[in-house]
Amino acid sequence: MAEMMYWQGILRAHDEEMARDPLVFAMGEDIGVAGGTYKATSGLFAKYGDQRVIDTPISENSYTGIGVGAAMVGARPIVEIMSVNFAWLAMDQLMNNAAKIHYMSGGRIRCPFVMRVPGGTAHQLGAQHSARMERVFMGISGLRVVTPATPRDAYGLLKSAVRCDDPVVILEHEAMYNLKGEIPDTEFFTPLEGVEVMRPGKDISLFAYNISVHWALDAAQKLAEEYGIDAEVIDLRALRPMDRAGIAASVRKTHRALVVEEDEAPVGVGSEVMAIINEECFFDLDAAPVRVHALDVPIPYNRRLEKAAIPNAADVVAAVRKMLGR
Amino acid sequence: MDATDQKRLLREMLFARRFEERCAEAYHERQIGGFLHLYPGEEACAIGVLEQARPGSDYVVTGYRDHIHALKSGMDPKALMAELFGKEAGCSKGRGGSMHLFDPDVRFMGGYALVGGPFPLAAGFAKAIQLRGGDEISICFLGDGANNQGTFHETMNMASLWNLPVLFVCENNLYGIGTAIERSTVEINQYKRVAPYGIEAAQCDGQDIDVVMAHAERAIQHVREKRKPYFLELMTYRLRGHSMSDSGAYRSREEVEEWAQRDPIGIYQRRLMDANVISGEEFHALDQAVQDEIENGIVRFAVESPEPRVEDVARYVYVEGDK
Ligand SMILES: Cc1ncc(C[n+]2csc(CCOP(=O)(O)OP(=O)(O)O)c2C)c(N)n1
Ligand SMILES: [Mg+2]
Repeated sequence: MAEMMYWQGILRAHDEEMARDPLVFAMGEDIGVAGGTYKATSGLFAKYGDQRVIDTPISENSYTGIGVGAAMVGARPIVEIMSVNFAWLAMDQLMNNAAKIHYMSGGRIRCPFVMRVPGGTAHQLGAQHSARMERVFMGISGLRVVTPATPRDAYGLLKSAVRCDDPVVILEHEAMYNLKGEIPDTEFFTPLEGVEVMRPGKDISLFAYNISVHWALDAAQKLAEEYGIDAEVIDLRALRPMDRAGIAASVRKTHRALVVEEDEAPVGVGSEVMAIINEECFFDLDAAPVRVHALDVPIPYNRRLEKAAIPNAADVVAAVRKMLGR
Repeated sequence: MDATDQKRLLREMLFARRFEERCAEAYHERQIGGFLHLYPGEEACAIGVLEQARPGSDYVVTGYRDHIHALKSGMDPKALMAELFGKEAGCSKGRGGSMHLFDPDVRFMGGYALVGGPFPLAAGFAKAIQLRGGDEISICFLGDGANNQGTFHETMNMASLWNLPVLFVCENNLYGIGTAIERSTVEINQYKRVAPYGIEAAQCDGQDIDVVMAHAERAIQHVREKRKPYFLELMTYRLRGHSMSDSGAYRSREEVEEWAQRDPIGIYQRRLMDANVISGEEFHALDQAVQDEIENGIVRFAVESPEPRVEDVARYVYVEGDK
């Protein structure tokens, strides 16, 4: 076990997969000579050369499409989009081609395409650099969407994504690249489906993903220490397809549910998890499920306004206390 | 090219014409649904270019007017017709339809509805070829209208920058649905639009298959040997509407009539007859044989094939057994 940062986990996964398979290649803006905006591809250009570590022009839709085309005939591209806000420009190739080719060819063409996207609200980057798009990606049939909360999963999910024959979108977080955590020294793969129990508990299930897993863990600790509430923290991790059974299993145990997400509320992870709870285990609930989410605004620049727009651990604590009346 | 090959080419163009006409009938009989874009008038383009390629080894991709590109790439016409009829025996198991034909076994990679969408895919096939090594190439057929998409400019830039072995074939039929090219585009000579990207290009008559083949031979040789992109613009015309629901009100009768005089099948038939390669009776017999084959071999197969099972509607969203 070595302690590594989130970006180092991503880099290690790239390196191992590229060393193993000459058809694995990486492309994106500034990923090669410059080493990547978040260092996640640093050193790869020198090691693997310009044919496999490709600095692209600022043409998101078409380099995404080039990756998709290469994947359709057996290569294994890892395409980095510099910021999720720019992924809107790549939606045509991602949604119309990558996501649909396997189905509309009657299963005859596979698309083992990987897109990595840094996103989320970092610090005062303004409305056009602070969006989250998980609710868009998770609504696209044919894609797999995963999102690592830890360095271990940043490594393990990329490893699994490269080996997967479906298109996979990995949503990373701009504020988490320097997060430290343990990564096993031996190769391993985080599954692309299924939830993970990050902290077992019996009073309430806190469903989270990516950065909000950390808010939920902080909140759970405070709830236990100060209010005697034993919260279970579930990392959803796979946003598409979502683990219905895993979600229901936790609710059947705690009988209460809260979803915490960095994204705005309408149409998103929160609404989807609540729908699943309704459909799978409504009669196991002791209280109406609650969601904690960003305000429905373009993210403002001003520091105080930005903070006010995005939820945090204290918001989770307050919502849980309200639900339990403590 | 010897007489046998000339007759084969004439037959292929005639087959393409009769195939499309039969599709139109089936559409009116509601056996084919959705959008249907037919190729009459443009046969010499796909058939002439791909005659010079290596079907089954070179990758081919195009838009929604894709039947003849699929056939010339080596797709079984029965699987094609069955697809149009929405049958399980179709090339895309009835999940694709006319605009989404696929046959990876012969490297026919589709079949796409979004104008301009295939440009980067074609470059991606070429990127994979480059990584693997080998002398295959990627061939992308699209219309004049597609060249106003961002993907055109973005892909030309990257294909040239990275020396990707792609042949871009522009089938310039002077219209994007009902909008004439001079009403949508400043530079109407499409081949001139790739010069800023350092891509070699040529423009030629797309109605005379001998001219198409001569240019395609040079273009393909350029891509295959230099491992660089090339852009070939073929001047052509569709004799039918854009799709089955097109009134055609935007073109004059005289214009259509003028182009009908330059029907690629007529041009080639006259040439072969003048050279005594084929007689009038032989041509007539050929036409009969083609229509018989389409009716009795192909359409019957499509009609008699079973539909996909409704229980299978959710299959193929993901690769099975993969996580
Ligand atoms: C992205 C996109 N925009 C619009 C359309 C609607 N549309 C379908 S075909 C077409 C015209 C395309 O013209 P061209 O590229 O010249 O091809 P042609 O049909 O003439 O062969 C349009 C506008 C579409 N399918 N995709
Ligand atoms: Mg056109």
